Amino acid sequence: MQKKFLTFLGRRRNWSIPYALFLVFFVVIPLGLIVFYAFTNNEGQFSFSNFRKFWMQPEAMNTFIFSVGIALITTFLCLVLGYPAAFIMSRMETRSTKLLVILFILPMWVNFLIRTLATVALFDFLSLPLGEGSLIFGMVYNFLPFMIYPIYNSLLKTDRSLIEAAQDLGATPRQVFLRTILPLSVPGITSGIMMVFMPVISTFAIAELLTINNIKLFGTTLQENIYNGMWNYGAALSLVMLLLIGITSLLNSEGSSKTAEEGGLI
Amino acid sequence: MNKILSRSYLGFLLVLLYAPILIVIIFSFTEAKVLGNWTGFSLKLYANLFQSGVHHTLGNALWNTLIIGLVAATASTLLGTMAAIGIYNLQPGPRKAIQTVNTLPILNPDIITAISLFLLFVSLGISQGYTTVILAHITFCTPYVVLSVLPCLKRMNENLYEAALDLGATPLFALRKILLPELRLGMISGFILAFTLSIDDFVITLFTIGNEGLETLSTFIYADARKGGLTPELRPLSAIIFITVLVLLLLINQRTANRKSVG
Repeated sequence: MQKKFLTFLGRRRNWSIPYALFLVFFVVIPLGLIVFYAFTNNEGQFSFSNFRKFWMQPEAMNTFIFSVGIALITTFLCLVLGYPAAFIMSRMETRSTKLLVILFILPMWVNFLIRTLATVALFDFLSLPLGEGSLIFGMVYNFLPFMIYPIYNSLLKTDRSLIEAAQDLGATPRQVFLRTILPLSVPGITSGIMMVFMPVISTFAIAELLTINNIKLFGTTLQENIYNGMWNYGAALSLVMLLLIGITSLLNSEGSSKTAEEGGLI
Repeated sequence: MNKILSRSYLGFLLVLLYAPILIVIIFSFTEAKVLGNWTGFSLKLYANLFQSGVHHTLGNALWNTLIIGLVAATASTLLGTMAAIGIYNLQPGPRKAIQTVNTLPILNPDIITAISLFLLFVSLGISQGYTTVILAHITFCTPYVVLSVLPCLKRMNENLYEAALDLGATPLFALRKILLPELRLGMISGFILAFTLSIDDFVITLFTIGNEGLETLSTFIYADARKGGLTPELRPLSAIIFITVLVLLLLINQRTANRKSVG
């Protein structure tokens, strides 16, 4: 018996079996449950009623469209603010660069709820009104590091000789940037966009806290439905969100797992 | 000119990023209930934090957060390292399949993972509490461990392990003497990543924590903020966490910089 066990262990590919079972039980089956609940009604019978409800109810639909809008604005602002910062840091050759990168990542280590409440305090302190403005500021503030870091990593990895080649061949600095540096940093940009857009579309809590419950995002709608026991409807709304995210990752690149790995998520 | 411009741009962004945190730190030194009111310098909030009994629930929440983080990070490091070794030795077909499923919890938004696990636990009729939170945390942390251990396997010399077996080592001995030392760095970074993800998580915890009074730091803050205000003691706590992390990261940075200049 013990010998059998040892030869089983000896085949190292068998070592993936516990995790494979774990993944089936805690990832595949739960996701399947979302699909199951979405397509059934309260009595467990197959039905489209949840999706019909989503189409008919202007409230959920409006929240959904509003959330996509907020996510697009936030992602755009993070890209516009973050790219120059990543670019500047990737050009600096001093020892302080590493420190700078750490300083940009550090705020992520403070619990995001505390960061969000601190933003609220900042707005109170400057006696600015809480509303859409504070919502977008809070979102950009929370997710900017997630845009800077992947772009910085991919800029750092670009082959310097390609840039020098472009310069030797007579490209102006502008052309070097547009034709060489920018295209080479696309993996970082897509990774950054994914890492900002997806969390923003699905957050809840941040929006409530930043606007004193005045603005609701789609994530809050999901959470409220699940909390109030409307599991089927909540599951259907989750599927809608998953669909949107699937489309975004397809638009961004064929291999989003590859960009996540190479864009320096880790 | 250009240099000044780019420096001041970075400076501007940093001010933007740090202004809210600075405000929390500054107002941790005053007693006012509401953040933003200055009622004179005082260390009372810090004293409250360390006096047992004054803020019993906050202390409990902090303790739970650390325990859950440590257990989840340890379990996912073990599971993830084993999985990475297995995945690396699989045929391309099944390897691709596991790796795809492995990225699902990373790519899925928190709330989807949270709802899916919530549905799993309620369909099975499992009562939610410590166990479900830890299982949920292992679910979203392990993929990161796998992704940080796999590159170490790709870098190492494959023949070493085979050589050890040929020379008569048992698989377990070869694991201890050959594989683990090579994978150590990946495991450590995986563990740190898992721990930070776990203590920072809010959404997945909220959906799997049940309603029997178990609180972690983030669910405590959420419940607190919804009640209208922030428990004043959270200010010194955030300040301490923030400064600790800052000092740790600076020290690590300093050490690696020194080693580089020496080596």
